[in-house]
Amino acid sequence: MTTQQTLNGDSELNLADEKVKLQVNDLRLYYGESLALKTINMKIPEKRVTAFIGPSGCGKSTLLRCFNRMNDLVDICRIEGQILLDGQNIYDKAVDVAELRRQVGMVFQKPNPFPKTIYENVAYGLRLQGVNDRRVLDEVVETSLKGAALWNEVKDRLHDNAFGLSGGQQQRLVIARAIAIEPEVLLLDEPASALDPISTLKIEELINELKERYTIVIVTHNMQQAARVSDYTAFMYMGNLVEYAATNKMFTNPSQQQTEDYITGRFG
Amino acid sequence: MKAWFKTGTPWIWLNAGAIALCLVMVIGVLGLIAVQGGSHFWPADLQRVQAVQADGSKKLLLAEHVRTEQVSAVTLKDSGVTLPDNAESYARHLLKVSNRDVYGRDFAWFLDYDLSNWEKPDNAIVIERREWGNFQGFPLQLLQQDKVIAEGEALWPALQAAMARANALHDDISEIENGEIGKINKALEALRLGKRTLELNGASAEELSRYVQQAAQDQAALDAQYAGLQQELEALYSQAKRDSLKVVTAEGKELTINLSNIVHAHMPNRMSVLDKTVHYVAAIWHFLSEDPREANTEGGIFPAIFGTVTMVILMSIIVTPFGVLAAIYLREYAKQGTMLKIIRISVYNLAGVPSIVYGVFGLGFFVYIMGGNIDALFYPEKLPAPTFGTPGLFWASLTLALLTLPVVIVSTEEGLSRIPSTIRMGSLALGATKSETLWKVVVPLATPAMMTGLILAIARAAGEVAPLMLVGVVKLAPTLPVDGTFPFVHLDQKIMHLGFHVFDVGFQSPNVEASRPLLYATALVLVVLIVLLNMAAIHLRNKLREKYRSESD
Repeated sequence: MTTQQTLNGDSELNLADEKVKLQVNDLRLYYGESLALKTINMKIPEKRVTAFIGPSGCGKSTLLRCFNRMNDLVDICRIEGQILLDGQNIYDKAVDVAELRRQVGMVFQKPNPFPKTIYENVAYGLRLQGVNDRRVLDEVVETSLKGAALWNEVKDRLHDNAFGLSGGQQQRLVIARAIAIEPEVLLLDEPASALDPISTLKIEELINELKERYTIVIVTHNMQQAARVSDYTAFMYMGNLVEYAATNKMFTNPSQQQTEDYITGRFG
Repeated sequence: MKAWFKTGTPWIWLNAGAIALCLVMVIGVLGLIAVQGGSHFWPADLQRVQAVQADGSKKLLLAEHVRTEQVSAVTLKDSGVTLPDNAESYARHLLKVSNRDVYGRDFAWFLDYDLSNWEKPDNAIVIERREWGNFQGFPLQLLQQDKVIAEGEALWPALQAAMARANALHDDISEIENGEIGKINKALEALRLGKRTLELNGASAEELSRYVQQAAQDQAALDAQYAGLQQELEALYSQAKRDSLKVVTAEGKELTINLSNIVHAHMPNRMSVLDKTVHYVAAIWHFLSEDPREANTEGGIFPAIFGTVTMVILMSIIVTPFGVLAAIYLREYAKQGTMLKIIRISVYNLAGVPSIVYGVFGLGFFVYIMGGNIDALFYPEKLPAPTFGTPGLFWASLTLALLTLPVVIVSTEEGLSRIPSTIRMGSLALGATKSETLWKVVVPLATPAMMTGLILAIARAAGEVAPLMLVGVVKLAPTLPVDGTFPFVHLDQKIMHLGFHVFDVGFQSPNVEASRPLLYATALVLVVLIVLLNMAAIHLRNKLREKYRSESD
C-alpha cells in the first residue's frame, strides 16, 4: 500500500484491496464562526478498525460524531461537504437521522447505561423498533451480551439494575446495547479512557472480535491502544487530517514530521 | 484573638448556635401543642369545694381544677372586688363546673381565699351529653319508665349496660335518619329534576303529563316508604326514651337525664391510673374518629381530617401532570430565549403571590365563571340552586393545585437539567427520536425530582387556609365527600379542613375555655397529618431513587 498526502489535510490512502464503507468528501465543520474541521477527505474501509489519534481539541471526536450526525444536536454547529455511507450522502435532506443512527452505532467515553435492568438496556434499541416478542428479545439479548463478552458475568442477573455493574462491565453493556440493533458501523469515542487496565484489555479484545462483523472507528488518546487494535490510523491536528496510513506504517515509519513528533511524545 | 478567628472556631459556634435555636423553636412549638392538646383527654379528678359567691352566700361546687394564676390586687379592685387584706396579688383558680343548663356557663374563676374544704368525693360522675355539654355531679337512681331499677352500688354496672343499649339505639336512629331517609329524599329530588329536565327540553304536554303521572305513583310509593320509616323511628325513639338517670349536683339540685342524651359517663375519682389510661386512649380515638358537636366545641374532628386528606390527594392528582408537562416543555422543547426567560420568571414569581389572592381568583374564575358555566351546561334542571357554581371540594383542590404549580415546575425543571447529557446521547445514538428519549429515559430518571416537587407542594397545600375559606371549606360539613353512592367522590360537596378548623375553634367559638384544648389538639393533628403525608411521599421518592440510583439527584 502506498500513501500520498499533503500537509493541508488532503490525505489519500490507497485502499485498493478494501471495500470503502464511509467516504468523507471536503468536510468542513463550523462551531459558530470558528472552523473546527478544515476540509477533511478520507475513506474508511469496511470491517476494519480505523483509529483517530491526535492531541486534545484536534477535532477527532468531532469528526467521529459527524458519522452518525450527533453534531446535529449542537445548535451552533454547521457542516459543509459530504459523508457517504455506502455511497449515500448521510447529510442529504431525505435521510432519516434515527434510521442512520441505527446503521451507525456509537459508544461514548463514559459508560452511559440507562436506568433500567441489564436486559432492558440491551433490548432498548429493539423495543424502539417495535420488537416486543419475548423470544426474539431473549435471543438478541443473549447473542449481544455474548458478542460483548459480558454474558458469562451477567447471565444470572439480567433483571438487575444496570447501575450495579462495574465501569468496565457497564462499558461492555453499552457495546452490547449498540450491537443489539446490528449496526453496520460502530463508532467508539475513547471507549476505554475511563476504565482500569484490565477492563481496557477486555474492551480491546472485544474490538478485535467485533471487526469481523462491523466497521469500527475508534477515537483514542492512547497511542499503544491505537497500535494494538487498529488496522488504519489517522493522525489529526488542529482540525486537519495530517496523516492517514496503515497502522504499522504509521507507527514505524510516519511520513510526516508532525506525526513522528506526536507519536514519539515530543509534543501534544 | 486573631488566631482564634483564623481557626474557624467562631464560625462553627455560630452555625451550631443557629441549629440549636432552630431545634429549640421546633421542639418548643411541638411540645406546647402536644402538652396542651394532649392533656385535655386525661380524665382529671373532680373536687368538691365550698365557694363564697359574689353576694357573700356559700355554695358547694363539684369541679375540675383547670389552672391557677396570679392576679394583681389593682386589677381586682378595678373590677369591683373587695379584698380582705393588702397583699399585692392573689391566686385565682379556673374551675370547670360544667352543668351549663344549671349554671349557664361551664367555666368559672374563683379567688383562692373564697374556696375552702377541698375534697374528692368518691362517687362523683362526669356525664358527656349530646346537648348542654358535660354534667358533673352524683348519680342517684337509674329509672326505667319512672321505676327505679338500680341505685347505690348496683347503679354503676346497671348504668353501663343501659348506656350500651342507648348508644346502640342512637346508632340505629342516625342510620335511618341519615341513610335511608336521605335516600328517599334523593329519590324525590330526582323525580322533581326529571320533570324539570323534560320541561327544559321542551317535551310535549302529553309526555309531560305521562311523566307527572308516573312520578306521582313513584312519589306515593316513596311517601309510603317514608311513613314506614317514620313509624320505625318513632318506635326507636320511644325505646330510647325508656331509661333515664336521676342525678344531683353538688349543691343539691336534682336532675333527670335521659339516657338517649348520654354519650359517655365515667367516675374519675374511682379510676386507677390504668383505667384513666384506657379512658385517655379511647378519648383520643373518639376525637379522631367522630363528628364535631356543639358548634365544634365538643366531639371529634374526623370530617376535617378526611376533608384535608381528600383535598390534598386530589390536589396532587391535578398538579403533578400539569406541572410535569409544563416543566418538560419549558426545559426540553421551548426555544431558549428572552420570551422563555420571561415565562420562567413569571412562573417562579407565582410562588410568591399571597395565597389569599389565589383564593380570590379561585372564587371569581373557577367557582363563578367555570362553575357557573358547568351548571348552565350540565345541571340546568337544578338551577337556580348551584351544583358546581358554588365553592366545593373540586374548586378548593384546583385552587391549591394552581398555588403549588410553580413548586412542581421548578423542581421538575431542575431534575431534568441534572440528567447527564451522555444518557440522552446514548439513547439518541441507538436511533431513538427526541420524544422517545424523553419518555423512556429522561423522564423516568427525573421522577425523584418530581416527587421532591410534590412533597413541597403537599407540605404547602395541607397547611394552607386562607384561600380555602373562599373556595370550598366550611365550618361544619359532617357528610364526607367520598361515600358508597355514585359517583363515589362528590367533587361539588363542601368540606371541612383541619387548618380552617383551627381557625374556627380558635376565633369563632362561643365557648373559649372549652375549645382551647381542642384548638391545640387539632393543631397537633394537622402537624402530624402533614408529617405523615410528607413521609409517605419521601418514602416513595427514596424508593424511586433507589431504583435509579447513581444517575439521579
